[in-house]
Amino acid sequence: MKRFKGFIKKEFYHIFRDKRSLFILFGMPIVQIMLFGFAITNEINNVNIAIFDKAKDEKSQEFIQNITASNYFDVKQLIYNQKDIEKSFKKGHIKAVLVFEPDFAKNLIKEDKANIQVITDATEPNTAITIVNYISTMLKKLQININKNTAIPYQIKPTTRLLYNPELKSVFMFVPGVMTVILMLVSAMMTSISITKEKELGTMEILLVSPLKPFQVILGKVFPYIFLSIINAIAILLLGYFVFGVPIVGSYILLALETILFILSALSLGVLISTISSTQQTAMMISLMGLLLPVIILSGFIFPIASMPLPMQVASKIVPATWFNIILKNIMLKGVGFKYFWKETLILLGMTVFFIALSIKKYKIRLE
Amino acid sequence: MNNIIQVKNLTKQYGDFFAVNKISFEVKKGEIFGFLGANGAGKTTAMKMLIGVSKPTSGDANVAGFDVFKNPEKIKKSIGYMSQKFALYDDLTVNENITFFGGIYGLTRKVIKQKTKALLQYLEIENLGKTLVGSLPLGIKQKLAFSIALIHEPKIVFLDEPTGGVDPITRRQFWEMIYEKAHQGTTIFVTTHYMDEAEYCDRVSIMVSGKIEALDTPKKLKEIYKVDSMNEVFLKLARG
Repeated sequence: MKRFKGFIKKEFYHIFRDKRSLFILFGMPIVQIMLFGFAITNEINNVNIAIFDKAKDEKSQEFIQNITASNYFDVKQLIYNQKDIEKSFKKGHIKAVLVFEPDFAKNLIKEDKANIQVITDATEPNTAITIVNYISTMLKKLQININKNTAIPYQIKPTTRLLYNPELKSVFMFVPGVMTVILMLVSAMMTSISITKEKELGTMEILLVSPLKPFQVILGKVFPYIFLSIINAIAILLLGYFVFGVPIVGSYILLALETILFILSALSLGVLISTISSTQQTAMMISLMGLLLPVIILSGFIFPIASMPLPMQVASKIVPATWFNIILKNIMLKGVGFKYFWKETLILLGMTVFFIALSIKKYKIRLE
Repeated sequence: MNNIIQVKNLTKQYGDFFAVNKISFEVKKGEIFGFLGANGAGKTTAMKMLIGVSKPTSGDANVAGFDVFKNPEKIKKSIGYMSQKFALYDDLTVNENITFFGGIYGLTRKVIKQKTKALLQYLEIENLGKTLVGSLPLGIKQKLAFSIALIHEPKIVFLDEPTGGVDPITRRQFWEMIYEKAHQGTTIFVTTHYMDEAEYCDRVSIMVSGKIEALDTPKKLKEIYKVDSMNEVFLKLARG
């Protein structure tokens, strides 16, 4: 036990004396949360649009006013002829143009139908679609307002409720996602690098010749990262809560246990990587390409799994982070109990056991 | 019993390949034993079996009174080991390195403190205790690595090409240190590529493709092969 303590102390010296690993450990979580929280969002705010109002009547003005009053759009330009539409897109500061047909109000009232054309810059497809959706919603509201007085016999009025994330804040999705990424990064990449570093320096040889048992060496290397990962997880949750208002609705204990399970699976992957790579660079490349990329792309963190092609969906199932993401959302946002995600937990547990067994086997082969 | 290492028909086989093929030899207590061989001759594999890291395929070996099959863990406690990389932690200070390696060999804090003081004095680096090892000159680093390999006062110390990449003067100084330790009764088991170093050894064995082809004092070996230097002995044997 005393030997083990000395070993851990040494590991902390390594970590705290290396600026690079310090940054990855403590700078990265903050940078990532801020990046994903503020910069990368699916919401639109103050999008610049232009308006080409051929009608200039009461109804078109009413609608334009509605749009200007919202926070979503800024009317930056008024266009007076067809040619200017494309010109303003080419300049690049306009994301959408609304075109009202002549006699907008008249058509609306007399003919019962009027046309608005929405032209968007689809070089950014997601933004374009979101803009179209927002404008359609506003149009519907306007329609309902107009129809308020006239009785339409059959009317279906959808009442929507957005559960668990009523304001559709994308940060609700990113905080669990970033947590998965950071834990993977810290646990797997940092451990694999720190183990291969000992191999490269030749100190691993000395440790294996010493009375320390191989599993003690690995445990000693891994233990500090369990500790640091937990601190990181707490930091991310606190940042999410206090800066972005992401709640933790469910049980803290469950959250802690599931997080530790995920950390263990990431650590065992780290050990596994260190057994197959002989230099720090290799370990880093394998971690980045083999772990980090799948975690970001396949885990459902940014791109929804349901809309992936089938082979990718299958691939996403073997990424531990996918399951952890589901579990995290269940606990943090939905606040449901264990019976709703015991299957995911079981899968994660199975993966962890498998990775640990595999790395022990690989490690033994290497010793021979 | 005067033999601290006793090896009989020790073999390590990988598939059809005999990395080490039935080698037998003894090393006496307090002896400086040179273990030579070209790259790939099997000396590293043989040494790994003796230090309890690799399990032999067959044969017998007894190191410091323990059997390599039955008690590799006890062997590990009674030997010291220094590799060609003088592996110490560069980002730890001299004192921290001593404390760490003393600690994994189970020395108490009090003993470590005494040892540290004595060691720094011996190496004449009393003022460098709090310096990071990475900033030490190679020569000092090498001597420090050797001293740390001896910190738990092992009966035998295994040196794997301990003078690689070091200038001749530093090498000379290092060998003086080895002599001193041998005089105090520590057995030295050393592999090297430098044939002038082979001349410093009490006895030398030369491995060629998994077998020990020659084993005697440098003086006798030169007589047998009728040459003037160990270098020529080695060339004659290695070329077959």
